[in-house]
Amino acid sequence: MLIELKDVCYTYGDGTVYEVKALDHINLGISEGEFIGLIGHTGSGKSTLIQHLDGLIKPTSGEVLFEGKNIWSEGYDLRSLRTHVGLVFQYPENQLFETDVITDVMFGPKNEGLTPAECEARAAAALRQVGIPEELYKVSPFDLSGGQKRRVAVAGVLAMDPEVLILDEPTAGLDPAGRDELLNQIRHLRDKRGITVVLVSHSMEDVALYANRLIVMDEAKIAFDGPPRKVFARYRELEKMGLAAPEITYIMHALRSRGLRVDTGAITVEEAKRSILMALSNRNSMKDGPL
Amino acid sequence: MGEITLGQYYPTNSILHRLDPRVKFLGTLVYVVSLFLVRGPFGYAFCGAVLLVLIFLSKVPFLYVLRSLKPILFIMIITMAFNVFLTPGTILWRWGFLKITEEGIRMAVKMGIRLVFLVTGSSIMTLTTTPNSLTDGMESLFGFLRIFHVPVHEIAMMMSIALRFIPILTEETDKIRKAQIARGADFETGGFIKRMRAMIPLLVPLFVSAFRRANDLAMAMEARCYHGGSGRTRMKPLRYERRDVVAYAAMAAFLAICIVFSVTGL
Ligand SMILES: Nc1ncnc2c1ncn2[C@@H]1O[C@H](COP(=O)(O)OP(=O)(O)OP(=O)(O)O)[C@@H](O)[C@H]1O
Ligand SMILES: [Mg+2]
Repeated sequence: MLIELKDVCYTYGDGTVYEVKALDHINLGISEGEFIGLIGHTGSGKSTLIQHLDGLIKPTSGEVLFEGKNIWSEGYDLRSLRTHVGLVFQYPENQLFETDVITDVMFGPKNEGLTPAECEARAAAALRQVGIPEELYKVSPFDLSGGQKRRVAVAGVLAMDPEVLILDEPTAGLDPAGRDELLNQIRHLRDKRGITVVLVSHSMEDVALYANRLIVMDEAKIAFDGPPRKVFARYRELEKMGLAAPEITYIMHALRSRGLRVDTGAITVEEAKRSILMALSNRNSMKDGPL
Repeated sequence: MGEITLGQYYPTNSILHRLDPRVKFLGTLVYVVSLFLVRGPFGYAFCGAVLLVLIFLSKVPFLYVLRSLKPILFIMIITMAFNVFLTPGTILWRWGFLKITEEGIRMAVKMGIRLVFLVTGSSIMTLTTTPNSLTDGMESLFGFLRIFHVPVHEIAMMMSIALRFIPILTEETDKIRKAQIARGADFETGGFIKRMRAMIPLLVPLFVSAFRRANDLAMAMEARCYHGGSGRTRMKPLRYERRDVVAYAAMAAFLAICIVFSVTGL
């Protein structure tokens, strides 16, 4: 088990009038190579949860283990943890500060103590991964468009070569092409280098397409945890939490109720297409058959 | 959330919370003045009793009110020590150049009581009034300065915007700080110069975002035709209720009693 949360609780403003219980007895294990989708309505505690994985928030009670060691034990090197676990915040473009793009991306590797040449190589590689062309390397990050800023900020974390990559709604505000490109790139990194990914998203379509495990948060607790197909099969309960299944799943249910024998568990357009075509060809062959 | 995290506002729905902010502001003023009027033990006892009644009425936990004393504890001890040792008068005890006088002790106790009452008294106002309603109250109270061409409304507007922005910027600072720590930034170790340099990744994004927010706000205000004070009406105009009149009467009675204590020296 790579990361483990044991009975983690977190309360904002503990001991004041404005207490907010953001995490309530969370137990969770994350293994190497998983692609986890984390969903939940706003305020359910997703951002709070992922900040625990990177040691940015200390749990009010409970333990956070990384590779079996409690990260809040005496003498634990939190800074080295953060080079293993990369966290891309919500609206990461707000953290850009350097005079040009490449120097900004080099900030992380520099903090790891790498040589300038290594930093630059890492930064260039990360910028290539997120699709920022070389002409922009020397431009001020403040002169970029919103989507470009977002990519540069993501590159800033990728440049640290993390083994675990956590992204908090990285695609909010990106155009559809930019969104697909970014998520495909992340999936590619996972397939190629075996990194572990945690993706927080409000798009059921995105998590259905990319994640192989889905965690659903509701009111500071984990409501469901399992493979996307299984979780989305309980879409009635998800709806009560302000969530839903992917649109395509609803179409499949509608087709089924009209008598087409399709797989209602399909959650991606690709799966659905295959299932519908199959059902249609079965029906046709039945029609053409000996009647 | 936002607005209220600032200062020490403690939400309950007590009668003091519902009072008009102008009443509370003037009341605090009257209380502070009275503290300097009364001289004798009975006078102080009376002021203390009134304070206890106010705390009870505010429904704020007693210990929570006392917390407001924490920041002045140090100043209070220093002031009292100065008074004890440096006031000339009948000497009770001396050691080298240090001496304790009867007058000194009396003075120190008086100062201590005054400070405690003063701070507790004014924190009852801040505990029961949101910063925004306080600025509204001040705007209305100081409205007469408009005759002298003081831009009262604009000052009040700037104050409430500033108050509104403080929690937003604190939250923003926290977010940026965490984001940079996640990228390996180190704000804690190293010498002065290193630490100052380490602040750059925090301060630059913070300023950029503060200017962006200010710009957006100005644009939004202009889009809604904001043009300053003259002719502007309020959505919730401050209006005195019965309870406010009663409070003013109680305030006058309190002041009168304190003047009696002051004259008689009790
Ligand atoms: N800095 C903070 N101070 C006080 N309360 C907070 C703070 N950050 C979050 N909260 C509260 O904690 C709860 C969980 O917030 P969190 O940001 O983890 O939600 P989220 O699931 O990430 O929501 P979203 O989808 O909107 O990003 C919310 O009720 C929120 O109001
Ligand atoms: Mg969030």
